[in-house]
Amino acid sequence: MEALTRIASAGARAAAAAGEFTAAEAKANAAAQMAGLAYGLAAIGPGVGIGMIFGKAIEAMARQPESAGMVRTTMFLGVAFTEALALIGFVAFILLKFA
Amino acid sequence: MHATELAIAVAARLESLRPAADQSNGFNFPPINTILRWKDVVPGINKVVLIGIAAALIGTVVFLLALRQDGRKAPRGVRNLAEIVVEFVERNIIMETMGRSGLGWTPFLLSMFVFIFICNIPGIIPFIQMPATARMGLPAFRALRFGVVFNATGIKHQGLFGYFKNVLFPPGVPKALYILVTPIELISTLVVRPFSLAVRLFANMLAGHLLLVIFALLTASLIQAQTNQFLLVPVGLLPFALLMFLTAFEILVAFLQAYIFTVLTAVYIGGATHPEH
Repeated sequence: MEALTRIASAGARAAAAAGEFTAAEAKANAAAQMAGLAYGLAAIGPGVGIGMIFGKAIEAMARQPESAGMVRTTMFLGVAFTEALALIGFVAFILLKFA
Repeated sequence: MHATELAIAVAARLESLRPAADQSNGFNFPPINTILRWKDVVPGINKVVLIGIAAALIGTVVFLLALRQDGRKAPRGVRNLAEIVVEFVERNIIMETMGRSGLGWTPFLLSMFVFIFICNIPGIIPFIQMPATARMGLPAFRALRFGVVFNATGIKHQGLFGYFKNVLFPPGVPKALYILVTPIELISTLVVRPFSLAVRLFANMLAGHLLLVIFALLTASLIQAQTNQFLLVPVGLLPFALLMFLTAFEILVAFLQAYIFTVLTAVYIGGATHPEH
């Protein structure tokens, strides 16, 4: 009950405020709402990629433990390149949300 | 009908029990500037700058102190630490990426690694809790310095013409493809490499910092909640446990980001020195 009333009052406040937005504010709000979606989309590919990199690296290390050092360095390199995409998505999120 | 009226009355009573200012009661994430923008201590010098200066001083002092000991005796105290770090940079960063010929780069990469790590680690030190690399300025200038050093090395080892020929017209590509390859190579080598280095460091540290802020605020707002739902306060222990875990995770991230920045610098410089690889 309490939660419902709180949600309802928040909705009412938002509705009351809705009439007072200028065009720029409305645009900023739309951007802020899309920010989460943008980051979510940016995280899909790198998520799959990093999973594959680690999986293959573990496979390689299990097959040839003596090459573990080299595999680990190369793995971190690959992770760094793949992760950059997700991080640029995160920067886009910050820019959309707060800038 | 009676039950509904009772429920409404109870709800109204509960509503009146809550403090008037309901803004202070919920979980409100503060504007990003209150998290990241610090007031100037002296004009032009704020917390982030102080951490950067302290990192440079700590790194220099530790290694100078280690240098004062006699290298032929068994290492003690701070020299142990310094030798561990130097050996780590030589074995795990340079030997794995540039090989024996890259050992001359040890001072450059060592100072880079130590400085970035000491700038990262205040993110989890209590009462400081701000990684200096979570602001773009520091990573950007690190990357700018990398760009200068990287291109200067390439020009020094291959000559101005040879370097740009290798960068812009990589050998082994069919001639017609150069229309496509040359602009891509130009942008990816001269712009994307330093830019992605800077953004990788900055975004990782900023993301970690924001995560810690979110869970610290969540813990505080749950434990301090003035509520009639008695479960709400003990539930605050859950984000606290996650906060502890993430703090430990941030140590790993601080180390890993310094490592990755240094390894990538070593790889790029190695590539500029020996273009055939």
